[in-house]
Amino acid sequence: MRKCIILLALVLILPLTAVSAAGKAETNVIKVGINAPLTGSIPKVGEGTVDSAKMWLADIKKAGGLEVGGKMYKVQLDIQDNESKAASAVKANTKMITQDKVLIIIGPQSSKQAVPAGEVANNYKTPMISPWSTNPKTTLNRPWVFRACFLDPFQGKVIANFVTSHFHYTKAAVLYDIASDYPKGLAEFFKKAWEKLHGPGSVVAYESFTTGDKDFSAQLTDIIKSGAQFLFTPQYYNEVALIVKQAHQLGWKNVIMGSDSWGSAELVKLAGKDVYGDFFSTHYAAAGAKGATKVFIDRYKAKYGYIPDDVAALTWDALNLAKTAIQNTGKLTGNISTDRKNVRDALAKVKNFKGITGEMTFTGNGDPVKSAVIVRINDKGQFTFFKQVKP
Amino acid sequence: MQYFLQNVVNGLQWGSFYALVAIGYTMVYGVLMLFNFAHGDIFMVGAYIGFFTATGLVALAAVGNIILPSWLILTLTMLIAMFLNALVGMAVERIGYRPLRDAPRASAAITGLMIGIILETGNLALLGASRLAFPPLIKPEVYNISGVYITNQKIIIIIIALSLTFMLHLFIRKTKWGMAMRAMAYDFVITPLMGVPLNTIIALTFALGSGLAAAAGVLFGIAYPVLGPYMGIIIGWKAFVAAILGGRGSVLGAASAGFLMGFIEIFVVMIFPSTMRDFIAYSIILLILTFLPNGFFGEPFSAKLRL
Repeated sequence: MRKCIILLALVLILPLTAVSAAGKAETNVIKVGINAPLTGSIPKVGEGTVDSAKMWLADIKKAGGLEVGGKMYKVQLDIQDNESKAASAVKANTKMITQDKVLIIIGPQSSKQAVPAGEVANNYKTPMISPWSTNPKTTLNRPWVFRACFLDPFQGKVIANFVTSHFHYTKAAVLYDIASDYPKGLAEFFKKAWEKLHGPGSVVAYESFTTGDKDFSAQLTDIIKSGAQFLFTPQYYNEVALIVKQAHQLGWKNVIMGSDSWGSAELVKLAGKDVYGDFFSTHYAAAGAKGATKVFIDRYKAKYGYIPDDVAALTWDALNLAKTAIQNTGKLTGNISTDRKNVRDALAKVKNFKGITGEMTFTGNGDPVKSAVIVRINDKGQFTFFKQVKP
Repeated sequence: MQYFLQNVVNGLQWGSFYALVAIGYTMVYGVLMLFNFAHGDIFMVGAYIGFFTATGLVALAAVGNIILPSWLILTLTMLIAMFLNALVGMAVERIGYRPLRDAPRASAAITGLMIGIILETGNLALLGASRLAFPPLIKPEVYNISGVYITNQKIIIIIIALSLTFMLHLFIRKTKWGMAMRAMAYDFVITPLMGVPLNTIIALTFALGSGLAAAAGVLFGIAYPVLGPYMGIIIGWKAFVAAILGGRGSVLGAASAGFLMGFIEIFVVMIFPSTMRDFIAYSIILLILTFLPNGFFGEPFSAKLRL
């Protein structure tokens, strides 16, 4: 019995010591949290995030640390896996904020995780930058949450405008996952933008499926029957591969349009020739890049052996936004909540930030003003720059 | 009309997978009165074995500079994957279920869930989370038959699924082993007393079910060439529904229920908005079960000696 009590006491005391150890923040270290999908349905996104972050950290280490107000700080990355799940992303953010005491969080990437995780960051008053989440809800009424990319409504409009002016089409079909925030949001915004241009009923097929589905033959048969001139499917790369193959096997011959979720190095590997000649809107195009963007691509490719996709590029921009904001505070007090507040205020004032995915300016809320790119997948399966679309 | 026929083809292909996976459920359920919840993941393992076999064969042919016709690679891949996955199924039975054969049914049921999770996460740990692209064993050729689009892949998938089902049905109806399995399904206690080797028959049941799951996995890889560690979960659940709907222990029942579910899912989309697909499809199935609680072809058994 006594042994039991001692054991119980030990068990109760242990976490206390752990907490108090974690509570003592090291004064000359800046912790940056990374909330990324290392496992789950889109692991390639997680890989790009972490590879980009490691390259960024290596640069800072090479410079001897991060200089804030004349003092050098060491930078630590706190990388957490959100398993591409909303609940795990929330858990990861809570842990990084309350236990690890990070100054700022980069991630999560997908809206499915970024929307709920942003809630946590906002409640705990910790600045968070989602590099890739384009759903408006991520930053809406959340002064502490930022993003490094443009928004879904903008992308929906960009695609509607591009197809209208380039192809002169009038009948659109949409196929999207109704159980996932990002495709659902983008499908709705596209529909609104398209119907504004071509009148109600111009989206002749508006079909959906649920996460995890592999067979889209029934929906695609409907779409083909509807007489649509093109198909818009704002899905992730693993679903896109299945959709384009099945569409062609059912006799679909028209163009298929996608959104920035197509822009993964995995897409062509999985979908093969079936995506050649199709288009998508995104944040940047690797082929045809110039200046600082090209330098980044070359360095990244030399280091990891593959061309960085937009997630890697946006993560890079998000980290440098964080760096700029931290430096713009002028001084770190060592009090984590004061510093978080200062970083947030500095971030909201960043103007004309020269990112590799375009110039960004924050105008009071968490959404930057920046431009989008239309990419064409050419006959060799490369993502090539097709057109730039300004807001 | 073309629209309708196109959806019949779609339904036949989609139902083929439910049918093949459902048969594995129903066989184990018939003999052991046990839901093998790991079966969806055994299907996933089968697809992965198929992937490695096919990739290996293609690479081997390239190295040896031999031109293997694609039908030969397909046949070899199917046979090897079915054989290896049968061993996986037998191992699952030996490790997971046999030690718990006398334990309460609930323990055996959660064993299945745990083995399923172990297979999924084991795959994740071994191979990483990246999706694998199944090699195109059959070069897709699209035939346009007066407006209905059929590919050679679809034809092969449907034919293989149907013939495997009938072969298994004949095996169970016409052979001594099959008779032993049916006897075991009828009475689990008395049959071994008559000299039927219990462990052999149970292992055989798992082997056959898993072999069929591997065949489904290879065909699935051909039709939907993106493999992931969690690909078996949803198809496993739905095939489980088909197994119950078909009637306990009935191979033809599970197969026809599998095809029926494929058709229901496809035709619901044809008539209603696709948003409502699973909602309406599974309401229909619930309704069918309400009126046919034993499924389509449930076999009689002496319930008193069970549980």
